[in-house]
Amino acid sequence: MSYTRVLRCRKCGQEYPIKPMNLCELCLSPLEVTYDYQAMRGAVSREKFASGPISMWRYKDLLPVEDDVIDIGTGYTPLTKATNLGKELGLEQLYIKNDGVNPTYSFKDRPVSTGVTKAREFGFKAVACASTGNLAASVAAHAAKARMKAYVFVPSNTEPGKLVGAAIYGPTLVVVKGSYDDVNRLCSTLAQRYKWGFININLRPYYAEGSKTLAYEVVEQLGWRAPDCVVYPVGSGLSFTRIWKGLGELAMLGLTGPVNTHMYLVQAAGASPIVNAFQSGSQHVNPVIPNTVATSIAMGNPADGYYALKIARESEGGACAVTDEELIAGMKLLAQTEGIFAEATGGAVIASLKKLAAAGTIKKDQVTVAYITGAGPRSQEVVSDIVKPFVVEPNLESFEKVLGNEITK
Amino acid sequence: MVKKAKKTVKRQVMFTFPEKLITEPLIYNLGIQFHVVTNIRRADVTESKGWVVLELEGDETDIEKGLAWMTGKGVRVDPVVGDIVEG
Repeated sequence: MSYTRVLRCRKCGQEYPIKPMNLCELCLSPLEVTYDYQAMRGAVSREKFASGPISMWRYKDLLPVEDDVIDIGTGYTPLTKATNLGKELGLEQLYIKNDGVNPTYSFKDRPVSTGVTKAREFGFKAVACASTGNLAASVAAHAAKARMKAYVFVPSNTEPGKLVGAAIYGPTLVVVKGSYDDVNRLCSTLAQRYKWGFININLRPYYAEGSKTLAYEVVEQLGWRAPDCVVYPVGSGLSFTRIWKGLGELAMLGLTGPVNTHMYLVQAAGASPIVNAFQSGSQHVNPVIPNTVATSIAMGNPADGYYALKIARESEGGACAVTDEELIAGMKLLAQTEGIFAEATGGAVIASLKKLAAAGTIKKDQVTVAYITGAGPRSQEVVSDIVKPFVVEPNLESFEKVLGNEITK
Repeated sequence: MVKKAKKTVKRQVMFTFPEKLITEPLIYNLGIQFHVVTNIRRADVTESKGWVVLELEGDETDIEKGLAWMTGKGVRVDPVVGDIVEG
């Protein structure tokens, strides 16, 4: 049994029963799951969470699922104090939440685990998504675990090598001849025509909720206190909004004190419609054509952009964009100070953190959590220039000659 | 010859207008030329920019042709659900 109440429109407040739908029929704005927090309050406690599974599902009472969940071992990922990186950036209370160690190497396992569980509850036989990377892998993996059919749609210019991470789980892989926009349009049509659980269309309100665990875990790992600052990479804006929701819920349920977290959203300069709106003072996020190596956040028309923008402003946080060169330098800096190999998107987080710290926007004593949402191997081609080995003959003389001062004595 | 039956569908889209097209009656013409019912739900239009969220209802092929015509005019057309392709 869950504490789920209804779906509610985020814009006009119209309510709908719990079913597979994502848009308000009146104003076509996104719908959100609401809960009976009063009943929930009596059922949850810090101790109960602590005695639950070492995964995102220790917070099941706060999620919109009823029965057994589709779990491939997601969550409760490490929160590491980043002492070395902190010294480089002048931050004394910096933590890295490394979600690249999830089963399919990204945070997407959190929302997808929730979304596919809900798909099975609704009686769908198939789930679907359109993705070139992390989402595709996660949907395919969860469908395999749930013994459901999975359809994965990709634009035709996607390199075949990128699809291995999804194809290994045995989904029906469909290459669409056309651009990203063509795939968007086709999927929109298919979602209306077939009785599939389309993970980020008709399952979107439920899929979204899984990302709240990104907030719950950090608060628990910090000893039940909310961070002062969150730095998070944003594509559609959905998970950024759910971290904020998760923090608010913990305070509302009396599990932590009042939340004064400053929420900083990060985008790549080549796909930064939300940062553009933040900087220009606009309330509307104008779509752009994405062009960045950080493909996990390369979204030109972010569905939750308006809401992410609002949170960045209301929390007195901010929005930061970095170039591809800066984010690649960020990947290297994180790897070489903390031993964490993040995907390009994680590089954007570190590069933005560097800017925010240098500008004094994030203060050195603020408890700051930087989220790494995906692991490096999926975007290793962007840092391939890092491989510059010494080449030696198989004898001592050559070794000492070639390496010279590099040899530690 | 048997005439192919028309299939009525609904499509939710967002139009983003560049400044030079703000004063053009494009939504009216879309409805007239392509026999599409245009039902505006949200919008923000000023002298320098404009976006409109609306539901289109009509024959599937007519809607496709109409959207292609809008794109050809310089209007950006996006699904209301935002980008579906994710990384």
